Amino acid sequence: MIWLAGGSLVLAVAMIAGLLVLVVAKGGGTFWPGPLLRIDRVEQTPVLGELAADETYTLDEQLLEALPAELRAPARAYRDRHGQTLRRRMLRTGNYELTGDHFTWVRAFEEAEESRPEWAVVVERITHGRFYGYPKAFRRDGATLSSDPEGIWELFLEHHGGAVERRRERARIEKHESGKVRRQENEARLAHKRALLRHGADAPEARAAERALAETTRRCEAEGERLARELRGLDEENDRYVLVLETVSGQEKELKLSEIVRAYPANRLGLFPRLGVYFSRWWEYLSDDPREANSEGGVLPAIFGTVAMTLIMSILVVPFGVLAALYLREYARPGPVVSAVRIAVNNLAGVPSIVFGVFGLGFFCYTVGGTIDQLFFEERLPDPTYGGGGLMWASLTLALLTLPVVIVATEEALAAVPRSMREGSYACGASKWQTIRRIVLPRAMPGIITGMILAIARGAGEVAPLMLVGASKVAPDLPIDGEFPFVHGERKFMHLGFHIYDVAFQSQNSEAAKPMVYTTTLLLILIVVALNVAAMILRARLRRRFTSGVI
Amino acid sequence: MQRSIPLREDMSIPVETSVHPEVAGEEPVVEVQGLSLWYGAKQALYDVTLNVPRGKVTAFIGPSGCGKSTLLRCVNRMNDLVDTVRIDGSVLLNGDPVYGPGVDVIELRKRIGMVFQKPNPFPMSIFENVVYSLRIDGERDRRVLTEVCEKSLRGAGLWEEVKDRLEDSALQLSGGQQQRLCIARAIAAEPEVLLLDEPCSALDPIATGRIEDLIQELKGAYSILIVTHNMQQASRTSDRTAFMFLGRLVEYGPTSAIFLTPRVKETEDYVTGRFG
Repeated sequence: MIWLAGGSLVLAVAMIAGLLVLVVAKGGGTFWPGPLLRIDRVEQTPVLGELAADETYTLDEQLLEALPAELRAPARAYRDRHGQTLRRRMLRTGNYELTGDHFTWVRAFEEAEESRPEWAVVVERITHGRFYGYPKAFRRDGATLSSDPEGIWELFLEHHGGAVERRRERARIEKHESGKVRRQENEARLAHKRALLRHGADAPEARAAERALAETTRRCEAEGERLARELRGLDEENDRYVLVLETVSGQEKELKLSEIVRAYPANRLGLFPRLGVYFSRWWEYLSDDPREANSEGGVLPAIFGTVAMTLIMSILVVPFGVLAALYLREYARPGPVVSAVRIAVNNLAGVPSIVFGVFGLGFFCYTVGGTIDQLFFEERLPDPTYGGGGLMWASLTLALLTLPVVIVATEEALAAVPRSMREGSYACGASKWQTIRRIVLPRAMPGIITGMILAIARGAGEVAPLMLVGASKVAPDLPIDGEFPFVHGERKFMHLGFHIYDVAFQSQNSEAAKPMVYTTTLLLILIVVALNVAAMILRARLRRRFTSGVI
Repeated sequence: MQRSIPLREDMSIPVETSVHPEVAGEEPVVEVQGLSLWYGAKQALYDVTLNVPRGKVTAFIGPSGCGKSTLLRCVNRMNDLVDTVRIDGSVLLNGDPVYGPGVDVIELRKRIGMVFQKPNPFPMSIFENVVYSLRIDGERDRRVLTEVCEKSLRGAGLWEEVKDRLEDSALQLSGGQQQRLCIARAIAAEPEVLLLDEPCSALDPIATGRIEDLIQELKGAYSILIVTHNMQQASRTSDRTAFMFLGRLVEYGPTSAIFLTPRVKETEDYVTGRFG
């Protein structure tokens, strides 16, 4: 029996540890810059790229027949020499706009020669994925400044920083300043529409709003033109610097420096530059917005959305759940009704989360949110303000989902408060509520925090209901920012769990996105652990204060 | 209790209480009159009548389950916390009815201090424990609170031991200290009567001795009711003793008389240790 029990434990631990090791190894390795391989192939152009997969497969007659005619002879020869089982490797060859592919399989019989060319360069770009090639020239204003790799690279390092700066500035203007202008214009338009709806077209208020709208539109147009000029200036400066690369098959490609996120000659890097690339990628991942349909770039908005949603959920669910448990345990007279309610609450914990999502969509978004829109945001209709998914509704839905956990944990904690303590309080002349507030709740607090930890663990990892009530693939604005009223409960938000689903299954370039899935999983696990550890520290502190070993 | 003592032949007739003449004319602080109590269908007290004298220590003794704790808890209505309880008869605290329509239980309990079998300090600091009853009355003046805290802790003989760590958790004190803290908490509200429900049953002999000394010191300033199953303790600490058996008050008189010259055979059997 002891073997059976111990074996079960070992199996469980091994599975969890295995999962963690897989996630940590794959997720941690995503950003490591590997070497660049050049493989010359028989009868075909050579390929240059990073190794993405390495496996063996069986080359049977059927597969052989399916090969292009010119490859059949070498394949057959190879098979006769080495047997049916052979190696194939997948290289990430990039250069999507030239080849139409991100990856290329290289089978063992195709390989003629393998090398690691010294000056092969990996270029991460804003769009179109990675580019692999050899530096050919560095041009400024159309004039070639250098055409030997060493010189090109020096010039690239010198000018790339400035180009990145300009790109950031450009993004900032587009996002914040233009956004502000657009918002002002929009608000004036809405104010006008509101005035029309409330007072009618001929009322003086409507006239005033119309004048204000015209005034704002004029001002915004001027401002917009100024911004457009600024952007044009940046673009012209950016257009001056061009890096010319030659692909392995001899095509030339001009890349503007401002399009380049990061570039490095992979085979020339020592350990420390390599680590530099590794950590710079991690930093980009943690601090930047996503690009290329989420498969590249950072996940900052998703981190932000996950944490914000979990915190709001905790703030909502804990007081609500504690009050409900208080009534059940302290006030309600025990009987069949209370037992029925308790069973119902426990069963609620087993309802599939998508059901909560549907409920949240139907009740919070459409009913409550729709009513709010009708009453307060009439002028924006038919565009929903609160009537669609958003941070607020997602938090509420998850609060509902995790409510049973908090109620059950709190009830247990309340039941564990010794009777003698309550009696002591009553004997001092305390009322029921005073006893609960001053004695029972503080004493039960560690147990309540345990409930909160469980709720966080459940809530932060939930995805299915979020897809219905507010998580989105890309959310341009963070749900919390410096703009009044700071927390925008109606905004859609990004969520790491949803991000994983999106990158893994909705991405066009799923092979390239695969490593990102591991990394995001790793990150989500780390965030849940961090939130839990924070709650546990809080609990340990409370426990030290409210309980002791003596008697 | 396996060995039963010979009761009067007919068990259904309540045993007449034998009250010694010395206690009959004393000024009462608590008057119990014809008190009967049921937990559901089970009767726990049968027609108990006694007067607890002011400024003295009165001990309730008797074998386990005889109803002495129940009787004590009737004085501050702690039995109300049990759902199925039913009470007949009356209790007066300084002439005011304890049971009856219009009695505010919370106000009543504020006039009575109680210390329980197991030390039950609250999960808060020593200071907050002592001034708990003032806090729930909304007292916020730090000066008043500090004064009461010191006075009560001195009264409970705990001041010297804890004066430097009043903000520490009360739960870090030893068992004996915790129990004295509970006494300090009980006397902080200057109660009219102090109820001690086997206050030493969870303590070691040294801590027990200190509590007994403390009871002697508090006597006079407070009227004390103590429930104990320790007969030596009753004889050492109390002025009056009531012997209870099977829910009935059997004999009530001066402690020395109860222990040395009991009038009822059951009392004699019990105090001489023939059963119990």
